Amino acid sequence: MSTLLAPKLALARAAGALSRLRGGGATSAPGKLLLRLEPDAIGALASRLDRGSVLISATNGKTTTAAMAASILEGHGLDLVHNQAGANMAGGIASTLLSAARPRGRIAGELGLFEVDELWLAPIAARLSGLRAVLLSNLFRDQLDRYGELETIADSWVSALSDGPARTAALVLNADDPLVADLGRDREGIADDSRDGDGRRVVYFGVEDDALALPGMAHAADAKHCRRCGSPYVFEAIYLGHLGRYHCPSCGQRRPSPTVRASAVRLDGVRGASFRLAIPTGEAEVKLSLPGLYNVYNALAAAALAVALEVELEEIVDGLQGATAAFGRAETLTVEGRETQILLVKNPAGANEVLRTLALEPGEHDLLGVLNDNIADGRDVSWIWDADYELLAGRVRSVTCTGTRASELALRLKYAGIDPPRIRVVDDLEEALTVAAADRPANGGKPLYVLPTYTAMLALRALLVQRGEAGSSWR
Amino acid sequence: MAVSQATGRTLRVCALYPDLMNIYADRGNLLVLQRRCQWRGIGFELAGSGLGEPLDANAHDLFYIGGGQDRDQRLCAEDLLRSKRASLHEVAARGAVVLGVCGGYQLLGHTYTLDEQEIEGVGLLDVHTVRDPGPRLIGNIAIEVALGDGPDPRVLAGFENHGGRTRLGQRAQALGRVVKGHGNDGRSGQEGARQGATIGTYLHGPLLPKNAWFADWLIATALNVDRDDLSPLDDGLEREAHAGARRAAGI
Repeated sequence: MSTLLAPKLALARAAGALSRLRGGGATSAPGKLLLRLEPDAIGALASRLDRGSVLISATNGKTTTAAMAASILEGHGLDLVHNQAGANMAGGIASTLLSAARPRGRIAGELGLFEVDELWLAPIAARLSGLRAVLLSNLFRDQLDRYGELETIADSWVSALSDGPARTAALVLNADDPLVADLGRDREGIADDSRDGDGRRVVYFGVEDDALALPGMAHAADAKHCRRCGSPYVFEAIYLGHLGRYHCPSCGQRRPSPTVRASAVRLDGVRGASFRLAIPTGEAEVKLSLPGLYNVYNALAAAALAVALEVELEEIVDGLQGATAAFGRAETLTVEGRETQILLVKNPAGANEVLRTLALEPGEHDLLGVLNDNIADGRDVSWIWDADYELLAGRVRSVTCTGTRASELALRLKYAGIDPPRIRVVDDLEEALTVAAADRPANGGKPLYVLPTYTAMLALRALLVQRGEAGSSWR
Repeated sequence: MAVSQATGRTLRVCALYPDLMNIYADRGNLLVLQRRCQWRGIGFELAGSGLGEPLDANAHDLFYIGGGQDRDQRLCAEDLLRSKRASLHEVAARGAVVLGVCGGYQLLGHTYTLDEQEIEGVGLLDVHTVRDPGPRLIGNIAIEVALGDGPDPRVLAGFENHGGRTRLGQRAQALGRVVKGHGNDGRSGQEGARQGATIGTYLHGPLLPKNAWFADWLIATALNVDRDDLSPLDDGLEREAHAGARRAAGI
């Protein structure tokens, strides 16, 4: 087949170049065409990778976790093929492999590092004969109109892992998420005895710091019932959404003991976070330039993946500390001369962590909220009523709402207890950005926080590139 | 209808299974009722009734049940029959408001089908919900309703996402006529069901933030006062959000 693959690669590449000439971002277009020409293109190209591939999936944090893992693995000396632009369905992964493919059956890279959409895990994993590890980090309520119920996704993950190459790959699982941790139940007995080749190992990661425990479960929490017997879980501590320390009083299922752990977590507002990282071979302090407990989880996930790939502690710490924000994920820019931080907000659990992080910053904030209801955002915007915008009550100096459903966001903020005169709706994105950046407090110095949904983040990025306020290369 | 000032009164709301039947941001509906009462000086009490807990038919003015995941909905269906059916029939008989949204709407009917299994509902609404081989009915929706006590027809706008197809029996009337969207079964042009003050609908999104006028209709009906007795509020943002939801539905 490889003799036939070369002309198909050339054709898909040419189509991609043409699309870019016409001004399209088109990260997944050439890959989509390639898959039409050659349905097994992902498997065929990935089989050229000497060190195989790893997959990362989750509701929240895929792109940042993969960026952190890339930072670690590159420091470890590996050449990666990585879908860093976040195009994480088959077309995006095929595009990434296509750009790395070289003549005569070669490829520019040793290890494939792919973040993958939750619903694409099963079909992609089935194609990767050299699959070495699968990192699954969390499942939260997200875009019910597209993904359906959480348990449906969890069930699709169970079948993804019980078949094909994934059956022998190492599993890296979040011990704190009951839906995710339960995926390792059949492999636990053979956990640590298989250092020769990493087949069938499970590496669990989790937070162990009761000072972080929330007073109760967030309203939008989901995994309340035991995956095995259906009884309600008892949570001894909840750190984030439904992530925490839990057990089932009826069948005895409990949080597995993680071997990769974060303790002594310190959250430094929107600027960063630090924690003590423990892995089986040692412990070290980690200082992240990314904020919030959610990024501590992302870092822990990346560290656990690196442990599964037998990277040393020192390289893990260096990689995590050197990792910077992916676009729109706590990235800081200058807009109209004002420091502006972009915090992607796309579902209740993710929004709550961003809101919690903002609430750590003292004083009143200036915000720009961008709510879109395009397909990639979810057409259903009801999720904003599940997010705890109440955390901002009394903490907003001004908030500008824009996007396709701007007025709905404005209404949500009013009912969250934000004083209506402080809320304004500006339909046009660029005008909203200008108005929000220009409206500074008398003492001037505080940043503008932008909270966009996914397609709003992309639109914002295009706008900032056009205005020369952000770099033009995908990172 | 007894006409009295609403101010000084208290709206007592009971949410059924608030920690299980809440999948489509049902909290937003309760929050809108709460705030719109508070802004008018009407007291607001929110109680919950969960699995295994009895329901006092006389302790509340408005009963709310939202949608849930299939597994949770099954648990609630069993519990409704076991511990709440009789009370809910008392509630309906005395004319208190019962609002079921999405899965909650299905549970208020006689039966609904889940994974080939027919599940018995509480039978407050004369409707049956079945599964069709067709796709889930998903999207923005707008319906026209005639409630008979105001400037009819009025529009409700929201979002629907349901696999079940609901058919009305003789005693239930549709809540509204579909203007854009799918409605009860994607064919009949009907959406929701109403029998007296018991109302079921597939409109979430959530329903009440996008349709503040309907929140007020529910408050007035539950308190048994005229809608004119509710003092007017500054509804600029509410009207804009309603207009946005109508635009999203295409009207």
